[in-house]
Amino acid sequence: MSDTATSTAKSRPEFRNIEFSNLRTLRWPLASLVSGMHRVSGAIMFFLMPFIIWMFDTSISSEISFAKFKAAFDVGMLGLPGFIWKLVVLGLIWAYLHHFIAGLRHLWMDTHHEQVSKEFGKQTGAVVMVLVLSLTVILGAKLFGLY
Amino acid sequence: MSVNYGSHRTVVGAHYGMRDWLSQRVTAVTIALFTLILLAQIIFSKGPISYELWSGIFAAQWMKTLTFVVIVSMLYHVWVGMRNVFMDYVKPYAVRFVMHVFAILWLIGCSGWAIQVLWRL
Repeated sequence: MSDTATSTAKSRPEFRNIEFSNLRTLRWPLASLVSGMHRVSGAIMFFLMPFIIWMFDTSISSEISFAKFKAAFDVGMLGLPGFIWKLVVLGLIWAYLHHFIAGLRHLWMDTHHEQVSKEFGKQTGAVVMVLVLSLTVILGAKLFGLY
Repeated sequence: MSVNYGSHRTVVGAHYGMRDWLSQRVTAVTIALFTLILLAQIIFSKGPISYELWSGIFAAQWMKTLTFVVIVSMLYHVWVGMRNVFMDYVKPYAVRFVMHVFAILWLIGCSGWAIQVLWRL
């Protein structure tokens, strides 16, 4: 018993705080993917915040700016065609949906201790992924004028 | 030496975890409710989304006030979130410090702009 303890003690791996370089080599089971994407989606919205406020500003300030807002997505802006800007918005739609729905899951897990299990994490993780991706497809199709 | 155990224990690290944890959740619920309220007004409107409809939603005083509350909530929510991300992944203290300062300035600037847009409606 004591022999095993001493022999494994030397080879035991050390786990420290994860860093960016570790993210690539980690295993990503569904629950951790949902959690990781929650952070990624939050960071995306953080860095695109000026663009979001620009959309709020131009869409709401006046009729003229509203026309400018629409034109950015129809004919383009800053030398980039409209569909590129629509792709950015599609990214934001995904980010908001994921952050919202995965966030609800986190809130639920905060209030119900028995829900923080491996099975619950996997099942609700799958529900989040399916909901987010299907809503993104539906709203994306609307964004690109498919219906 | 002062008492440093039990309820008097000085917790290491950032030592205001509970306050940030709770604020992040309270602000999250506020933002989520706002999202549903805004969505409902769009979904239950008739016809295409014109300028009149869109600006009309934010013209109502209660909606303006609510949006203001949400902008301030978002400021704090995003600060806690980005700070967590930086604390977890950015190890060199100097780099992390610069990123924290950047996040604060970025968020104050964004909030100011958003409130300015809202205020002149």
